[in-house]
Amino acid sequence: MRSMMFTALALATAAAAKDKPLPPPPAPPPEIIAAPRDPWPSQYRPYPAQATVIRGATIYDGAGRRIDNGMIRLDGGKVAEIGATVAIPDGARVIDAGGKYVTAGIIDIHSHLGVYPSPGVEAHSDGNEGTSPARPEVWAEHSVWPQDPGFSRALAGGITALHVLPGSANLFGGRGTTLKPVYGRSVQEMKFPGAPYSLKMACGENPKRVYGNRNQLPSTRMGNIAYARQLWSDATAYKRRWEDYTRRAQAGTAKPTDAPRRELALDTMMGVLTGEILVQNHCYRADEMANVISMAREFNYKVTTFHHAVESYKIADMLKAEGICSAMWADWYGFKMESFDGIKENIALVHNAGACAIVHSDDENGIQRLNQEASKALAAGRRLGIAIPPETAWTWLSLNPAKGLGIADKTGSLEVGKAADVVLWSAEPFSVYARPMNVWIDGALIYDWADPKRRPLSDFELGQPGVGEVK
Amino acid sequence: MKRLLLTAALVAAPALAAPTAITGATLMTGQGETIIANATLVFDNGRITALGAGLPVPAGATVVEAKGRIITPGIIAAASDIGLTEVNGVRETNDGGARQSAFSAALDMSTAINPRSLHIPINRLGGITRAVVVPDSASTIFGGQGVVISLAAGGPTLTRARAFQYVEMGENGARLAGGSRPAAWAQLANMLAEAQRLAANPALFDRGQDSGALAKRLDAEALAPVLDGRQPLLIHAERASDISEVLKLKGRYPALRPVLVGAREAWLVAADIARAGVPVITHSLYDLPDDFESLAASRNNVGHLQAAGVTVALGALGGIGGTAPFNLPAYAGNAVAQAAVPGGKGLSKGQALAAITANPARIMGLADLGTLAVGKRADVVIWDGDPLELASAPVAVYIDGVAQPMTSRQTDLANRYKALGRTDLPLQYPR
Repeated sequence: MRSMMFTALALATAAAAKDKPLPPPPAPPPEIIAAPRDPWPSQYRPYPAQATVIRGATIYDGAGRRIDNGMIRLDGGKVAEIGATVAIPDGARVIDAGGKYVTAGIIDIHSHLGVYPSPGVEAHSDGNEGTSPARPEVWAEHSVWPQDPGFSRALAGGITALHVLPGSANLFGGRGTTLKPVYGRSVQEMKFPGAPYSLKMACGENPKRVYGNRNQLPSTRMGNIAYARQLWSDATAYKRRWEDYTRRAQAGTAKPTDAPRRELALDTMMGVLTGEILVQNHCYRADEMANVISMAREFNYKVTTFHHAVESYKIADMLKAEGICSAMWADWYGFKMESFDGIKENIALVHNAGACAIVHSDDENGIQRLNQEASKALAAGRRLGIAIPPETAWTWLSLNPAKGLGIADKTGSLEVGKAADVVLWSAEPFSVYARPMNVWIDGALIYDWADPKRRPLSDFELGQPGVGEVK
Repeated sequence: MKRLLLTAALVAAPALAAPTAITGATLMTGQGETIIANATLVFDNGRITALGAGLPVPAGATVVEAKGRIITPGIIAAASDIGLTEVNGVRETNDGGARQSAFSAALDMSTAINPRSLHIPINRLGGITRAVVVPDSASTIFGGQGVVISLAAGGPTLTRARAFQYVEMGENGARLAGGSRPAAWAQLANMLAEAQRLAANPALFDRGQDSGALAKRLDAEALAPVLDGRQPLLIHAERASDISEVLKLKGRYPALRPVLVGAREAWLVAADIARAGVPVITHSLYDLPDDFESLAASRNNVGHLQAAGVTVALGALGGIGGTAPFNLPAYAGNAVAQAAVPGGKGLSKGQALAAITANPARIMGLADLGTLAVGKRADVVIWDGDPLELASAPVAVYIDGVAQPMTSRQTDLANRYKALGRTDLPLQYPR
C-alpha cells in the first residue's frame, strides 16, 4: 500500500508541474539518487616504470598469439609496442632475452590470499562468514591482511592480478575483489583500479553440510536452490524499489527521506541483477551447474564463471552456448564426493568444445605455479588427441581469467595500450624447469629473481627464522 | 620369531612373467647420475637379469622396442594414502586415522589396504609402482603401523606389512598429547618405556602393574620392533628445534631408526641431521610459513639437505593443495629447477630421480627396489620424455616384470565424454 500512495503523490506533483512551469529542482547528490556503486575505491598507484625493451624472446601474448624472436616495449606503464621489431627509445632499458620467454602476467581468478593468510592460525581465519547461508553483505577485502607472505610467493610465480574470494561455506559468500600482488599498507592500496566486484556463490556439499549440521536450511541440494531462489526474488523486489525511487528522485518528485533503506546484502545482489557485479560460482558437478544456469535464467542474472568446475567436461557444449567460463584445476580429484569425477583432460576438453577455460588455484601453493598446472592440462589433452598450441593455452592463464573478472580491457594480454603486466621466464614456461626471472606490473619491475632488493618481504616475515633465504 | 615368520608370509611372491627385453631406450638408473644410452634392459621372473648398452636380446624374450624413450625405476611414493583412503571427505571410506580408537601404535594399516582402490590405477598411470602408506595420528601421537604397497593390477598389493611406525611431534603432537610439546615428548618416552618393560618381563606387565602407565598392551607390543630397529620410526616434525629433539632420540634408544617427515625447517640444522644419519621425507615445494613451526620453510630445503649428505625422499605430503602421488616426478623436477634460481639450492636430475626411487627404497629398507640393477625387482617405467617434465607420461609400466594396464576410471570418463554429441542413446551407454 505504501508504495501505491507514493506513486499517487508523484503523479499529483507531475500534474502540478504541467500547469505552472517551475524552475528545475537542484540535482540531489548522487548518493541520494541511487545506492553508491563504489564506496571503497582503489587507492593503488603504479610504481615508477622505466621504459623497457625486451628483445630476442619468444612471446606468448596471452591472447593466443606467439611471436618468435620477438620484441616488446613497455612505456608509461603500458604495452607500447610489440612485434618482430619495436623502437628503442633513448634511455630505455634493453633486455636481451634470447632463449627466454615473455608472457602476459598470470591472473588467478580464485584465491584466498589475505583472507586465509599464512600462518594459517585461527586468528587469521577470515574467509568464511559462516553465520548465515547468505552473507552477500560481507566483502572479502575487509578480511584481507595485506601482510600475507603468500602475496610475495604469488608474485614470484608470475602472478600480476588475483581475485580474492570469500570461502564456500555459504550459498552467498560475499563480495570478491581483484588485487595486484603489490604490497600495500591497506588493502585499498592493492585493489585493481576499476575492477568490478564479484559475488561469490557456492553449490553443493559445503553450504548444505555447514547449515545442515546446524539443523537449518539448507541441509540438502534442493534446500540450496530454494534458499537461493528466495533471495534472488527478494533482490529483484529490492532492485525495483530502488529503481522506482531513483526515477522519482531524478524527476525531483521524491524526498531524500523516501530513499529505501540500504540493505547491504541486497545491494550486492542488486549489483548482480544490474550486471555491475559478476557472479563467481563455486560449483563442481555438471548437473548442479545446469541447475544454476536455470536459476540464473529465472531471475535474469548471469553467471560469469563456474569455479572448481571439475565436471565442466560433461557440459562443455552447454557452457559454450551460455558463455560461461570454467575455472579449473589441472588434476585435483576425488578428495570429496563432488570432486569424484575430476579428470586431467577437463581443461583441454572444455577448451576444445569452444568454451572459456581458466586455470585457477584456490590455493596459496598452487597460485605460485599456475603455468605448471596449465602445462599438465595441455599434456593430458594431447594424450587424448587434442592438440593445443602453448600460446593458445596461455589464454587459460591470462586473457580468459581477465574476461572472467571484467578486466580484459585493462590487462590479460600483451596488446598495445593495455597494462604492462609482463613476465620474463627463464625457459619455456610450460617446462617444469622454468621460473619467472622478472615480473612487471603496470610497467614497474616489481620482482627480480636476481636482485634481493626487488623481492618483497612481508612485515610478518621480517626478523623471522630463515629470513633472507630464497624461497 | 612368530612376528618375523608372519612378515615373511605376507610379503607375497612376485607374479611370474615372460622374459622381456626392452631395447633402444635411455636408462636413468636411479643410481647417481648414471645414464645408459641405447640400452637393453632384460627382466625375467619379475627380476632384472641384465642391463647395458647394446646387450644382446636373450633367445625367446618378448622384445619391446623403445627407441627415443627414457626408462626409470618405478616411482616410489615415500608418503601417500593410496589404498587407505578412497574419498577423503567421505569418512567411512577413510581409514587413515581413528580419533575415537582405544589403540594407536597397534593399529595395523595393512588390514585396511584396498587393492581395488581406484587411486591405484590412477597413480600407476603416473609411473608410481610402490607407495609408502602413512597413517594419520588421531587418538594419540602414534598413528600406527604403516605399509608399503605395490600398485600392480590384481596385486599382490602388500609389499611389506607393518613396515614402520608413525608418530606426530611438533604442533600436531602437542595437540594430540594434551596440549604442549613436553606432553608429546612425555607420551613418547612413556610408551617406549612401557614397550621396554613389556619386552623385558611380559608377566609383570600383565599382572596389572601398568595401571598407571597409560599404555595398552597391544600398543606397547607394537613398539618392540621400533625399539630394536626392525621398523623405522617415521616422526613428523617441522620446527628446527623439534628436529633437534628428535635427533637426541638415538642417544637414548641406540637401535632406533628415526626418519623425519615434513621437516620444513630441517635446512637450519642440516649438518646435525646428516651427522645423526637420519633420513628425511619431505616435499620440494614447501615455501610458506604455514604455521609457527614452519616459519623458515623454503624450497631450498631439499637442496640444502642433499648437500649436507642427508638421504632425502619426496612424499605426497599434505600442505600442498592437490598433492597426489602421480605428481611426484614433477615435484622432483621442481627441485631441479630450484637449483637454477639465483641463491637457490636444488637437486641434480639424478638426485631428484633418486628422491622418488632409490631413496624411499633405502629409507624403507627395500633392498630389491628403487634402482635399475641386476637382481632388483623389475619395477620399470618407460616414459615418452624427460620423466621429471610436466608434459611427460609413462607409455608402459611394469611391476615385478608384469606389464600393467594403462587405463583408469579417469581415462574411462574422458573417453565417455570426449564427444558430447547426442546419439541414439544417452552417454551412459557403452559406445
